[in-house]
This record gives sequence, C-alpha cells and structure tokens, in this order.
Amino acid sequence: MNKTLLILKREYLTRVKKTSFIVMTILGPLLMAALMIVPIVLATMDSVGKKSIAIIDETNWFLGKFEDTDNMTFQYIFVSVDSAQKAVLEGSYDILLYVPQPALNIPANAEIYSNRQVPMTTVSYIRNTMSREVETKKLLASGIDPAVIKSAKATINLVTFRLDETGESKKSYTAVNVVLGLVTSIMIYFFIFIFGSQVMRGVIEEKTSRIVEVIVSSVRPFQLMMGKITGIALVGLTQFSLWVVLTAGIYGAFMLIYNPGEMAQAQIGASTMMQQANPATEGLDQAAVSQVFEVIEAINFKVIIGSFLFYFLGGYLLYGALFAAIGSAVDNEADTQQFMLPVSLPLILGLVISNFIVNNPDGSLAFWLSIIPLTSPVVMMVRIPFGVPYGELILSMSLLIAGFIFTTWFAGKIYRTGILMYGKKVSYKEVWKWLKY
Amino acid sequence: MQAFLSVKEVTKKYANHLAINNLSLQVPKNSIYGLLGPNGAGKTSLIRIINQITAPDTGEVFFDEQALRPEHISRIGYLPEERGLYKKMKVGEQALYLAQLKGMSKTVARQKLQYWFEKFSIENWWNRKVEELSKGMQQKIQFIVTILHQPELLIFDEPFSGFDPINVNLLKSEILKLRDQGATIIFSTHNMASVEELCDNIALINNGNKILEGKMSEIRENHRTNTFECEIKNPVTNFETHIHSLPFSVKSFERKPNEQLSLTIAANESDSGNDLLRQLLPLGEITAFRELLPSMNEIFISHVSGSALNTLSHE
Repeated sequence: MNKTLLILKREYLTRVKKTSFIVMTILGPLLMAALMIVPIVLATMDSVGKKSIAIIDETNWFLGKFEDTDNMTFQYIFVSVDSAQKAVLEGSYDILLYVPQPALNIPANAEIYSNRQVPMTTVSYIRNTMSREVETKKLLASGIDPAVIKSAKATINLVTFRLDETGESKKSYTAVNVVLGLVTSIMIYFFIFIFGSQVMRGVIEEKTSRIVEVIVSSVRPFQLMMGKITGIALVGLTQFSLWVVLTAGIYGAFMLIYNPGEMAQAQIGASTMMQQANPATEGLDQAAVSQVFEVIEAINFKVIIGSFLFYFLGGYLLYGALFAAIGSAVDNEADTQQFMLPVSLPLILGLVISNFIVNNPDGSLAFWLSIIPLTSPVVMMVRIPFGVPYGELILSMSLLIAGFIFTTWFAGKIYRTGILMYGKKVSYKEVWKWLKY
Repeated sequence: MQAFLSVKEVTKKYANHLAINNLSLQVPKNSIYGLLGPNGAGKTSLIRIINQITAPDTGEVFFDEQALRPEHISRIGYLPEERGLYKKMKVGEQALYLAQLKGMSKTVARQKLQYWFEKFSIENWWNRKVEELSKGMQQKIQFIVTILHQPELLIFDEPFSGFDPINVNLLKSEILKLRDQGATIIFSTHNMASVEELCDNIALINNGNKILEGKMSEIRENHRTNTFECEIKNPVTNFETHIHSLPFSVKSFERKPNEQLSLTIAANESDSGNDLLRQLLPLGEITAFRELLPSMNEIFISHVSGSALNTLSHE
C-alpha cells in the first residue's frame, strides 16, 4: 500500500474516532437546527406567556384603545396606584400600566409595573398604541383626518435586477446575499483555523513524542506532511458533510411533524411577533414570506456549494502546509505564537475587510483580495452570492491552486529540517537557513 | 571481508557548520560495527544520511554494493536515539502501522509481531495505550518494530538507554543473535563497556572527521602501552628499594591485605613479559602477571581529547 495513503488513513481514523470529533459532529447540527426551529416553535406557542395587563388611565385618553392580542389581555381599573401595585404583587395582574395626569394636558409619560421582566414585545406594543393614539388626537386637533395620512403612506418594494453576460436579468436580493456571503466566508475562516491548527498540533505531537525520526526513516518527510494534511482535510470534509446531512435530517424530520400549512402560518406568526405594532407592514407579511421562497430559489446553490468546497479545500491546503511548517519549527505549542501571527494575518485581514467588501463586492479592493491566494478563500466567498464573472473565478481558483503548490513546497523545505531539530528555540533567521539546505 | 555498507567521501554541511568532512567508512558484512564519537561529532548526521533522511552534499553511500536508493529503506532498520511512539495509540495498532510503513503486509506484520510479543512476554500489552507503559516498556516495542521486517542492515543509536540491566542483557543477546543470523549492525553509543562486549569493528569520529577505524582487537593491540600488572604475595621486606633499582619504572604500588602487593609497571618498548618477570622474581612470590590493554574508554578519551594515555586502570 502506498505509504502516504497509510499515513492518511491513520491521521483520518485516529481523529474521526476521537470523542471530541463525535461530540462536535452531533452538537453542530443540533445547534444549527435549533437556530432554525426554535423561533418557529416559539411563535406557535401562543398560549404560553399570556399577560394580563391592568391599566390606570388618569387622562382617559386610552380608554378602549388597547385591544387584546394573542399574548396580552387588557383591563381598565379605577383604583389607586398603590392598591393596583399590591394586586400585581399578589398576582391578580401580570403588569400594571399607569398613565398619570399630564402637566400640559397631553400625555407624554407612562409607567409600567411588574414583578417580573416585561417582554420587549409588550413594551413596544404599549408604546406604539399610545403614541398612535396621541398622534391621531393631535392630527384631529389640527383638523387633519388620520385616514388621509394613512392612505398617503407609501411602501416601495424595490427589486433589483442584475444583468449578466447572457443578457438575462436575474432578480438579486442584496440582504440575502450579504448574509450568505458573510456566513460562508466566516465558515471558511474558522475551518481553515480549526483544521490548520490540527495539522500544527499533529506535527508538534510527532516531534515532542520523538516518533518522527522513526517514521522518516521509513517514509520521506514530504510524504508524512502530505499524508497528515490530506488526512485532516478529509476529517474536515467528513465533519462538514455530516453537519449538512444531519442538519437537513433534523430540519426535515421537524417539518414532517409540523405539517407545512402550519409551518407557513408559524413563519408569519414569527414575523408578526416582531412587527405586530407597525401597521405599515401588516399587509406585507404574506408577500414577505413568498419573497423569502423566491430568494431561496434565486440563489445558485450549485455555484455556492461548489465554490465553498473548493475555497475551503484550497485555503486549507495553502494554510495547512504553512501550519505544518510552523509546527515543525517549534518544540511546543507555546512557541508557535511568533510564527502564527504573520501566517494568520492575511486571513484575519480578509475576514475584517469582508465586512466592507459586502457593500461593494465589485470594487477593486474586493477584486484584488479575491484574486490573491492568501485572502481569496475568505474574500471570494463574500463576492460569490453577488455573482462573479467566470474569468475572475477561474483566475482566482488557478492562483489558489498555484498558491498551495507553492506553500506546500516551501513548507516542505522547512518541515523536513524542522522536525529533526530538538530543544532549540528557532528564529526567523534560522528558518531562512533551512530553506537553503 | 566484503563491505556491506560503504560510505565514500561523504561531506555534509549545515549552513556554516561542517557536520561531516570527507568521511569514508567500510562496514563489513555480518558484523557489529561500533560508530563512536563525542556528542556533536557527526554520528547522527551520518546515520541520517544512511537512512536517507537527509542527503549528503558530496560523496556516496553504497548499500550491498549498490548506490543507496529509496528501495533500500525496507532493508534497513533504524532505532534512533531520539525515539518515541504515538502516546494515544494502542500498542498493537501502532506496531502494525510502523511495520506497514516499512513495507510489510498487514498479515505478515501481525504474525511476526505475535512471535516477538510472545518472545518478550508482552502479549497482554497489545490493546494497551502507549501512554500507559513505562519508558522501558516502550523501548522494547521500539526495538521489536525496528527488527520486525528482518532488515539486512540494522542501526542502533544508544539502544540500551532507559533499560534495566536484565533487559539490557536480553537486548544484547538478541543483537548478537541477529548478527549470527546474518544481519549487519551499526551500533552507536557512548557506553564503551558495551562496545567492547559487542563490536567486531569500530570507527571513531570527531568533528566530522574519522580518526580511527578497524577491527576492535587490532585497535586495542595497536594502542598497547607496555603496561603490565603484577601481584606479589609475601614480598621481601626491603622491596621498596628493590623497586627503585629495577630497570623499568613502576608507576604505582599498593599494599593489599594478606601481605599482597600490587604493582603497575610501565615497561620499555624493548622489554618482553619474560624480561620483566625475571626482574620481578626476587621481590617475592608472584601470583599474577598480565599486560594491561587499554579499554575502549581510554582509547576514546585519548583520541578525542588528544592527550596521551598516561593512566591505565584495571579492565
């Protein structure tokens, strides 16, 4: 059997069998699925947390203006504030709203009392109802019909189209693209660091346990390094695909239990919970939901997943080799810092700048950083959801391939000398010399 | 004798440090060859070149009369001085892995490992993690892994470090057995007593240069210093004056219990043992007389430090 393959197999199997790998593989999808499912579940659990709210309105402006909702029931009481507060403490009401007699005849202040934390949605519902009422009264006092104002309000649904080379126009959804780009780029950033440092730790382990000289008497150092890097790459891919499959599985199982009709309703519920008090959006809920589906359909998943895998692998191979070189140059993990900084700087820079690139994905900064192999894995992922010309994509990808071939060659030279150097604190000058051996 | 491994004019330079300087060695087939030298002499550099871990700058190495090639790796077994195992891996799994890296098939490796584990009575270690074993136990496994693929050339760098005397003897007898079965063995150590015990030939290197090479018996013979030891029972009363009048110098004398006298004699080049004995007879009843050959330790120290052999001790 090919020796590199033997090494790859060992590196892969020892890591995949570790408890930490199994725990992470299971926890990851659970967290992801929870992120998707919990808001829906919360929205459907309307009976839970229903609040009874008592109102003492000294102004009499808001009598009958508060309407009961799914989560709140309102009751007007005409007692003193003190006794109402006692009633809240005794549990007769959850919340007490007290609107005192204003100094200038127009209510501007109100107080909320509760023996528990008052939910944000309740507070904003109360505030919005009151300000709407005051606004209406003020408009009427100025002789303006509030209905006129309402009908004059305009909502523009702005749809942007992107013209591509084939002359077709596609709807583009900036907000979704921003999220998609940033999420994938952050994932690549973390994957490179997580699996890159696994390579580094593996090399340090072999060096400190002194097994490395036994192994390099059987295989060439380069084979050992490549076996390790590719083995860990496979660990990364395994973990990623398990995450995708398990997340989809959990989400899918959830969808089966909750039937789809309820689902759509629940989604509307979830969005109304946030926007309940804003009348301008009320009518748009249905449209918003259908738009979400439209957006999801418009995303070119093939291109995004394909390039995600490519840039993850390419970026990992490029940095993995450098991390292996760092591991070979030191005796323990504490000594890695002086070498870690310059190696990780381009990646960190790429991630930080990504936040700006999102606003201008076709600018020259975005272009150059997505072409340079050291930053392209992180930066290109931000640009891809917005559409990148194939020429640029091919250029960036070929440069990344060339880049990792170069770093692997470069790291190989440092590695083969470094792994056999024990008990010596290594400087940059020293490493430079190794390159010339 | 035919050289199984020959190193021809090898030079290796690291940056501005000359590790090996135009070094040539002949390791005869089917023998134990001691590679000696102080720390930093270039032994490890040379061993790494033979193992093809690094390449020489100039010069060549011939293995079984062929220029050294990657295919030879499976015919060499190397136990490095700096050695270890994966701590988290199980013993058996790890031994199988290392054997496969040397090119053995899994089934053959498993059979051979079973044989050796039984021989060293460590069968019950198979499923234990390496980190649970003591250093000496780990060394045993490393030794087994080194010889498992029955290499024709074995290189042991300080093989006995970390072993108790019982296991040192076990290892020594295994090493001698391997030689008798036809292996050629390069043995690098600072323990000169084990060199005398095991080696057929030696080479001494210092600062990257070879300063001595040859059969150990010949080397010791060549380094004889005409020093003799004599023990005399019931010496004559005025032996001290006798000693001063002898035609050769007595370096030291020591009175032992039971009226025993022990002399160390530095003889002249021309004196034979018989001449000395004749001169010593009047001193009393001679119970022991022998020539002191220098130990490898003394030869080592004298060559490395460049100083003359002026003191000899009992072997």
